[in-house]
Amino acid sequence: MSKIKNAFADGKAFIPFITCGDPDLETTAEVVRAAAENGADLIELGIPFSDPTAEGPVIQGANIRALTGGITTDKIFDFVKELRKDVKIPMVFMTYANVVFSYGTERFMAKCHETEMDGIIIPDLPFEEKGEFADAAKKYGIDLISLIAPTSDKRIAMIAREAEGFIYLVSSLGVTGVRSEINTDLGNITKIIRENTDIPCAIGFGISTPEQAKAMAAVSDGAIVGSAIIRLLEKYGKSAAPYVGEYVRSMKQAVMNL
Amino acid sequence: MESKGRFGIHGGQYIPETLMNAINELEEAYDHYKNDPEFNRELTQLLNEYAGRPSLLYFAEKMTKDLGGAKIYLKREDLNHTGSHKINNVLGQALLAKKMGKTRLIAETGAGQHGVATATAAALLDMECVVFMGREDTIRQALNVYRMRLLGADVIPVVTGTATLKDAVSEAMREWSSRIDNTHYCLGSVMGPHPFPTIVRDFQAVISRESRAQILEKEGRLPDAVIACVGGGSNAIGSFYHYIQDESVKLIGCEAAGRGIDTFETAATVNTGRIGIFHGMKSYFCQDEYGQIAPVYSISAGLDYPGVGPEHANLHDMGRAEYVPVTDEEAVNAFEYLSRVEGIIPAIESAHAVAYAMKLAPTMDKDKIIIITISGRGDKDCAAIARYRGEDIYE
Repeated sequence: MSKIKNAFADGKAFIPFITCGDPDLETTAEVVRAAAENGADLIELGIPFSDPTAEGPVIQGANIRALTGGITTDKIFDFVKELRKDVKIPMVFMTYANVVFSYGTERFMAKCHETEMDGIIIPDLPFEEKGEFADAAKKYGIDLISLIAPTSDKRIAMIAREAEGFIYLVSSLGVTGVRSEINTDLGNITKIIRENTDIPCAIGFGISTPEQAKAMAAVSDGAIVGSAIIRLLEKYGKSAAPYVGEYVRSMKQAVMNL
Repeated sequence: MESKGRFGIHGGQYIPETLMNAINELEEAYDHYKNDPEFNRELTQLLNEYAGRPSLLYFAEKMTKDLGGAKIYLKREDLNHTGSHKINNVLGQALLAKKMGKTRLIAETGAGQHGVATATAAALLDMECVVFMGREDTIRQALNVYRMRLLGADVIPVVTGTATLKDAVSEAMREWSSRIDNTHYCLGSVMGPHPFPTIVRDFQAVISRESRAQILEKEGRLPDAVIACVGGGSNAIGSFYHYIQDESVKLIGCEAAGRGIDTFETAATVNTGRIGIFHGMKSYFCQDEYGQIAPVYSISAGLDYPGVGPEHANLHDMGRAEYVPVTDEEAVNAFEYLSRVEGIIPAIESAHAVAYAMKLAPTMDKDKIIIITISGRGDKDCAAIARYRGEDIYE
């Protein structure tokens, strides 16, 4: 059993996403610690990819900044190992299939285990293809997080039944990025999810304000925020940590007492 | 659940969950309509009456004599309406999309040939059309941008990444995931997630279906080699398909080597890449040791892509087809050669196939036969080639 369920033990969860190496790993370390100290329940660490097809312009920008700065998968594993000395909350990687595949799936999962990562989210890996990575992930105790989308429809039950760690429910059509409104009938989707699994379900894509986070967490087990945090990094660069800390605190407060 | 659309170990459906139902819906619709007599009658009529099929199989007598070896035939896809083989696939997909109730087509384009073909089909079938094109390519192929706009399409310059074909594909995928209900992504090559590699191959297979019958009629036997250029690989798979079972026919795909396969400025995927997962498929990709996709280069905007279709990857693995690198310089020489010797200006993409045939033909006996697919016409490339040769010409 993974540590991921601990993230959902203290009320509804708040889950920030941070791209490793944007703009450098020293900043990422400060930002992760600031998020953890201010109430983040689980952290998604992005391993940058040159062509992130599920991302909007904000996270694409973070990927480019990190890769331009010379970040690599090996540097990220070394970084996480260091980070794990004091950051104890559950953490998962978020990256694309080719990053894992080209590193060597078995070798990648072994490294995840060694650095005490709890799971991995791969947005270009649908249910039908999870066999690509599932055996190696299982062998090293890494949860392969499933995504469910507004278009999943009859696929929801099938995905939920085999889900591990938590379910990442995508709030809207399209790519990641801040949205002014979210119109999907998420309550109906989470209802089907709950009929099929006990594992928690958090909603992401398009969430930036405490009000949105509250609304999303009200119909699920937590809220995931990426682009709004990356925007703080875009704006404040190497001095972003206190701003991210403050933002995380306000978001956690919005969701925790639902 | 089993992974679908495999060619050996390649292919599959590595796409976001948001797109899975749309992809499944496309597969179901295609499986239905591909055997529907009415659909096939309509498509054949469009191909024959609108696109100008069948395309000629032309005996290049002067080229044959000049090279002094195998007899050379040219499969003239350049004579199709819109000037390339791309129309074969686009008419099929646009008709399919219309039957599925879609009102809007989106497409990626490199050289602009697929974008022009999609804009053309959209105009004919009263559909909305948006084409994504790398900003670099909108500059290299400015005339095609104008043609698409003239045909009523919106052309969106893509500025992300290397601002070329791969980024146009990524952007089209992003757009599709936000407008699934009314939009069909009319993918232009035998790549991407299943069922695209199969759908596009089936629609392009008309090339070898025709050429096989034509060569049997003219020569009473099959060719010894079929040569085509390969970016994603749609004209090549179309040119190869009906010969795959005939082991005596050598199948040769010509990749864009750019400034050479020993340089970083290349797009020769099979020759320099390794297996990876990208743009919905497992196949060969140009990438670094950490799986970051490489910024590839070729003089040809249509071959300037870091991957290759999964069926080609499998033909390579099985040793059934051979993939050879052809440099910018060799392609430009062939572009000029075919223009001068046969009075046919080939697309710079197709010139890669001509270049390899120029090396191969003299090594073969005079009773051997080569078919080269001229996938498109070269009018669009004249200004760029003139600049390559140091002339100061702009469109």
